[in-house]
Amino acid sequence: MIEFKNVSKWYGSFQVLTDCSTSVSKGEVVVVCGPSGSGKSTLIKTANALEPFQQGEIFIDGISVGAPSTNLPKLRSRIGMVFQHFELFPHLSVMRNLSLAQIKVLGRPEKEAMERARSLLERVGLSAHIDKYPGQLSGGQQQRVAIARALAMDPLAMLFDEPTSALDPEMVNEVLDVMVDLAKEGMTMMVVTHEMGFARKVAHRVIFMDEGKIVEDCTKDDFFGHVDQRSDRAKLFLSKILSH
Amino acid sequence: MHGFDFEIIWRTAPYVFMTGMVFTIKLTVFATIGAIILGTLLAMMRLSSNRIVSGLSGGYVNFLRALPLILIIFWFYFLVPYIFGWILQAGHPISVGGFTSALITFVLFEAAYFCEIMRAGIQSIPRGQIGAGYALGLNYWQVMWHIVLPQAFRNMTPVLLTQMIVLFQDTSLVYVLSLTDFLGAANNVAQRDGRLVEMFIFAALVYFLISYAASRTVKRLERRMAIVR
Repeated sequence: MIEFKNVSKWYGSFQVLTDCSTSVSKGEVVVVCGPSGSGKSTLIKTANALEPFQQGEIFIDGISVGAPSTNLPKLRSRIGMVFQHFELFPHLSVMRNLSLAQIKVLGRPEKEAMERARSLLERVGLSAHIDKYPGQLSGGQQQRVAIARALAMDPLAMLFDEPTSALDPEMVNEVLDVMVDLAKEGMTMMVVTHEMGFARKVAHRVIFMDEGKIVEDCTKDDFFGHVDQRSDRAKLFLSKILSH
Repeated sequence: MHGFDFEIIWRTAPYVFMTGMVFTIKLTVFATIGAIILGTLLAMMRLSSNRIVSGLSGGYVNFLRALPLILIIFWFYFLVPYIFGWILQAGHPISVGGFTSALITFVLFEAAYFCEIMRAGIQSIPRGQIGAGYALGLNYWQVMWHIVLPQAFRNMTPVLLTQMIVLFQDTSLVYVLSLTDFLGAANNVAQRDGRLVEMFIFAALVYFLISYAASRTVKRLERRMAIVR
């Protein structure tokens, strides 16, 4: 479904991604973790061309992201993306946040788009807030709206860029619950997160990055079960975040 | 107040307001609308990653902001007929009338200032908003039209309105083209009846009251409009 082939990226002379290769199959949940500044957010953003890359190739469902001939808006509309800071549109109501791209990009009739928005809001438990504006919602509620907004486009896969790291601790679970449900339904997901509980519960594979390189790329059971076989850097990381 | 005749203000008010003030307000409103549209396009060009596009816009803005308005008013008054004649292949200059000429001048001149305001407005929108728009599959124009510009306008409304008040005062410069704006009409009466002191005091008072009331309104608006994020 999503395939990274030897992707490298530079900011000027500083290399942020070095020769990254991995893939996410249909229905697979892949968690990307690693210390901050390791390039995990950058990697996930290259998948829908929000971040350009200079070397290598990325394919989404067989379509090359980097090729100049690729219709990027169309490609992006098929990949859902959830951001660390939600990025709901503050000047639009929740309903409009969910229906705008359905109408403008997918060309759905307004009525159908609103119907879809309603059923998705119900699914994330926010039907009561349909006419509110994002600023009137809590962080956890905003992030659930953001997930619903991405799902409204009926994406082939979902990308999550640290979806819970800007939330108050008490709101983390309401967002994770939605993501767990989504994973259980078979959604293809690539998730950058530090929530190792989430990784344990639903991930199929775990990717560990450090200094722009993919250091570990293994099954969840190997990652958490056979820590002794992991690289020193991953061991250090795990010992720090799993010890409490 | 011996020797002054303030009655003249009442007697000539219909002319001064219905002819003069209507012209001034029409010019202010149309020029503001035109300048905001052109200024917004210039701001989008200025922020383009294409160096030629942003350079063109930057050159335009810096050029016009470096020249006195009155010079540009003269310039365009004489140039516009030739430009229209050339565009329409008429072979001779086409007279466009004082109002049209003044309107074009103010749109082109003020666009340079509105460009800088809109540029700040667009840059005030977090980059993540643009990313979110693109991630949903919207294209550049859709992201601008539905997401960035509505927020930028909202953030910048007080500044845009303040610039509009400046424009309202600047329109009085059209007297150099012998157009009958508010000040022009007051001046006509003043010259005809020899009542310079009365009419110019009156004109100053009207400009002051309108501008002051408008800027107070903008202040109040500013307080009420702080955006909820």
